[in-house]
Formats: sequence, C-alpha cells, structure tokens
Amino acid sequence: MSDVTQTVITTGRAWCLGPNVDTDALAPGHAMSKGIEVIARHCLEDVRPEFSTQVQAGDCLVAGAGFGIGSSREQAASVLVTLGVRAVIAPSFSGLYFRNAFNVGLLLVTCPRATDVADGDALTVAIDPGDGVTVASAQLGPLEVSPIPDFLLRRVLLGGLLNELKELKLKENHV
Amino acid sequence: MMKPVQPDRTPQTLAQKLIARAAGRDLVTLGEIVNCRVDLAMFHDSSGPRRLKPMLEELGAPIWDKSRVVLVMDHYVPAQDEDSKRIVRIARDWAREQDLPHVYDSQGICHVVLPQNGHIVPGRFCVGGDSHSPTGGAFGAYMFGIGSTEMLGVVVTGEIWVQVPQTIRMIWDGVLQKGVCAKDMMLAMTQRFGMNGGGYQAIEYAGSTVKALSMPERMTLSNMSAELGAQVGLVAPDEVTRQWLGQLDQPVNLNPADIDCWQTDEGAETQDHHFDGAALSPMVAAPHSPANTRAVSEFATQSIQVAYVGACTGAKHADMRAAASVLSGQRVAQGVDLLVAPASLRDLALAKADGTHQILKDAGAQFLPSACGACAGYGNTIKGDVNVISTTARNFKGRMGDPQSQVFLASPYTVGASALRGRVTDPRTILNTP
Repeated sequence: MSDVTQTVITTGRAWCLGPNVDTDALAPGHAMSKGIEVIARHCLEDVRPEFSTQVQAGDCLVAGAGFGIGSSREQAASVLVTLGVRAVIAPSFSGLYFRNAFNVGLLLVTCPRATDVADGDALTVAIDPGDGVTVASAQLGPLEVSPIPDFLLRRVLLGGLLNELKELKLKENHV
Repeated sequence: MMKPVQPDRTPQTLAQKLIARAAGRDLVTLGEIVNCRVDLAMFHDSSGPRRLKPMLEELGAPIWDKSRVVLVMDHYVPAQDEDSKRIVRIARDWAREQDLPHVYDSQGICHVVLPQNGHIVPGRFCVGGDSHSPTGGAFGAYMFGIGSTEMLGVVVTGEIWVQVPQTIRMIWDGVLQKGVCAKDMMLAMTQRFGMNGGGYQAIEYAGSTVKALSMPERMTLSNMSAELGAQVGLVAPDEVTRQWLGQLDQPVNLNPADIDCWQTDEGAETQDHHFDGAALSPMVAAPHSPANTRAVSEFATQSIQVAYVGACTGAKHADMRAAASVLSGQRVAQGVDLLVAPASLRDLALAKADGTHQILKDAGAQFLPSACGACAGYGNTIKGDVNVISTTARNFKGRMGDPQSQVFLASPYTVGASALRGRVTDPRTILNTP
C-alpha cells in the first residue's frame, strides 16, 4: 500500500446488534426497487427501528457472528455507507457480504471480542499503511482484529471498487 | 530399464482444479489469493442493468466480452408496479443497446434457466449477480454470487480474485426413504452447521446418496450452499451430468475426459463430514432461519394457511412432481392456498407434458408466473399474519413480503402433504398409505 499514505479514522458510538443479521434486515425486499436513500431509511427497521434516523456519521455497527448472511444485494452494505457508517465490527461475516462491503467502501473488521463491546461505547477505527487495521474501544482499550489483505484496505481507502476502476482507467489513458 | 521419474503431483480438490484452470496455473495452494479469468457472468434485472449501466457510463468502459454475459429477467417480472416497470424497461433497453447475445426475458429463474440453456458445463469458472449462484456447482462448475459493483469489475476486466478455499466434503451414503429428498438433506446440514458454517469455503457433496440424485436434486443442494455460507457447492460431474446435458434442447455433448478431469484427487486436503441418508426424515425449518430446523414430526400441530411451491430452490419440474405425488387425486384442505410458481417455462412445459400440472390444478393449485415471485419479496408477495410452508431457500423475517408472516421451509413432498392436511405433515404418512 505504498501509494496510500492516508490514514482514515472513524470515531463514533457503537450500535450493537445480535448474531446473524441478514441482508434482508439491512436492505428489506419491499424497498429494493427504490434508490439507495430510500432503502437506507428502512435499514434495520425490524431490528432497531430508531437506527436509520439516529445514526451519526462516524458511528460503527458492532454485531454478533454471521453478519450479512443471505442475499448478494450489495445495497445491504451501501445503505450503511449512505447513513455515514464507515466500519462494521463482528466476530465473523458472510463471505459474500465481506466482498460487497469493501467494493462499496465499507470496512469490515473481524474481531473475536466484538460481542464484549457495549452499546454506546466510543470506538476508534484506523487504517494505517503498514500496520493494517486497528480498533480501540473507550471502555475495553485496543481490540485484537484479524488482518485484512492490503488490496482490500486500499480499496476501502479509495471509497470502493468503482473508484479503483476509474483510477485504473486513468492510468491506462496516460500510458 | 529405468522408468522416467514421474514428478509428484500434489493431490488437488475439485475446487482447486477449477480455480487453477481459471487462473492459468498448474496448481493452487489453499489460502492463496489468485486472479481468475471468468468464463461466464450472469446477472438479472435487479442486480444487473439498473446498477451496471450507470457505472459503465461513468467509467466509459465497454463490456469485455458480450458472448460471456447472460442477462435474465426474473426478479421484477411480470412488473407489478411503476418501479418494477422502470427496472424491467432499463434491462430490456440496455440489452437492445448493447446487442447482448444471451438474454432470457420472463423465461424463468436465472439459476434454472442458465443450465437449461447449456451455459453451465463442468470445468467452467462463472460468477452470478445473485446469492444462489452456487447452483451452477451441481454441474462441476465453479460458480458463486457477487454484488453489482464486483460484477462491474468482471464486466470491465473479465477477471475476479478468489482466495483458494478449503473443501468441506459432505459425504452422504445410503438410500433416501420415499418422500425424503435433497431439500431434507440440505435442511439437515443447515441445522448442523448453521448459516455461516460453510465459512465461505468450498463445499463438495459426495457419497452414494449424492451420486444417486438426479441433476435437479443436485441443483437443490448446490443452490442452498448459500444458506450454509459457502462460496461454492460442488458436485463432481459423472454420467448423470453427462446425460442431463445431452438431452437439452440444444444438447451439450461431453467426452468422458471432460468428466474425469473434474474430480477431487485421492489424498487431497479436505474436511469430511459423514451423513446417513437412509436414516434421514423430512426436515422443516421454523421461522426465521433456515438453520432453525427440526424433524417434521416435531411440528405435528402446526397449522398452515399457505403452501408455496416456488423459487430456483424448489419449483423445478422434479419438485412439482414431488408435490404432485402426494396430492394426486386429492384436494388441498379447506382454507389452504396452494401456490405454484414453476422455476422456468421449460419446467412448466415438462409438468404439463407428464400430467403433473393437471394433478396440481385438480388439487386446487393456483399457478403463478415463472419468476422469483414471493421468494424474494419483490413481487406477488404473501400478505398478512399467515403461516406459510414453502419450498424456497430462506425464511428471514419479512422475506416473503410481510414481517407478520411465519414461513416454514420444507421439501416439495412436505409442502404438498401439509397443503393436503392444513398442518405440517410428514409426506411419508401419505405416500406409504396404499
């Protein structure tokens, strides 16, 4: 990641959720024919109805194991970006959701102790070139996290795959 | 005389072989990340044009190879409202603009339409803009689901990264009882391993029970690999695969070599689980998770008002036949709506040709369009506080359109039997009565 010098940090409150939060809870089927802003208003409406109106830019989702199971609809990741969430922390994620999240610029951090985080705790998530990802909780201190391949961190820092492809295209045009 | 020394070849799993071929390599190692050339990219009206078109325009990039792209209109057809009409119109206009050679509009559900039209062949490396894309694994192809932005990457570059997965082998032996089928096998596996138990690895279904399954039944296993949280759900190709592909309207003719090279080597590194097919009873998943599964006998007093035979998972011709075998010559219980949405027009035609369609109609079935329908909650949804028993793959809260509804997942045999009695019913009690 030598060409990325930026360190992106998100600081905000933790919104805690249970295990196996599925894509249909994040992006309900009945809203899927709409644009992302409308789908975002329905995000988690059956799980935490206050979420979409009260979430602040920089807040983090902290979930139980199996976050993002279900559909391939990437709106289930995009809605969180639309609502200002930059990172989700959980002990495990659906593999398909994991790919989608990085492609739309949402950082997913695999963290075995995620379920120890209390709702409302303040979390700081940083991406440091060289160091990878770090997560610190105001109440628990630094949390151990699984490493993420550099090319995916880079993708998140660029804001997703579309921007990466644009960059690639720019390079091609300059050759 | 000395024989030439044969180089030791590290035994490889089927998944490794499929990835190695697509990556242009002899061997790949578990855990390594490689770039693969994509043989086929499938997307539908929901995940495809409406998302891809604006991004392609933003990039100013063309499709890398139109002959490798398949578009299926199945999620928002027939269009129920203005939004659906707009989404379908975008797909149709874009297909025309781009002059796409492979477009299936309102022909059925993508995961069933694709193999029926010969697009899925052993050895291929395919991606689909839908989570049930592992269905293609039933044919010994490496196929998995991706989101729209990742599909954009494929459509522009023709490539995609994968991390070479471990293989979890689900080895089933024994003869299934009458009225027990692949859906029950799958629900038994989601019960045991949970919805993320596959850990995004490759699952390979093997053993004598799997070998004895027809292609449509194998497709049910591979399809619901998504519910096990696997990247792919493979079945090594064999004579059953070859014959099925050979009888298509546009037959795909395989040589024995096309089959022999797509097998897991003896000694390859796998994690094996064994199951007794003969001891399996019909299984039912209670709301709101496919992992919330128990044997059918534990639901004996559970009433149902809607019986749904639909989706890529559970409305192929073989599935409709299974439901019909239970309902033959009888009518559903009073107060039960039996809804049948055949997985494709081909499946519907087969059901008409062999009398399955008539048996279901005589039993009181209402036929719905061959599309995703209520399964995805996108159209023709099931409204109200009702108990639904369904052949579909998922019963997340609100999945079929109403958070009030209680959806139970089961096999087409069990759905047929339950429609007949108005409560969750073991199909063996009906099939075994002379």
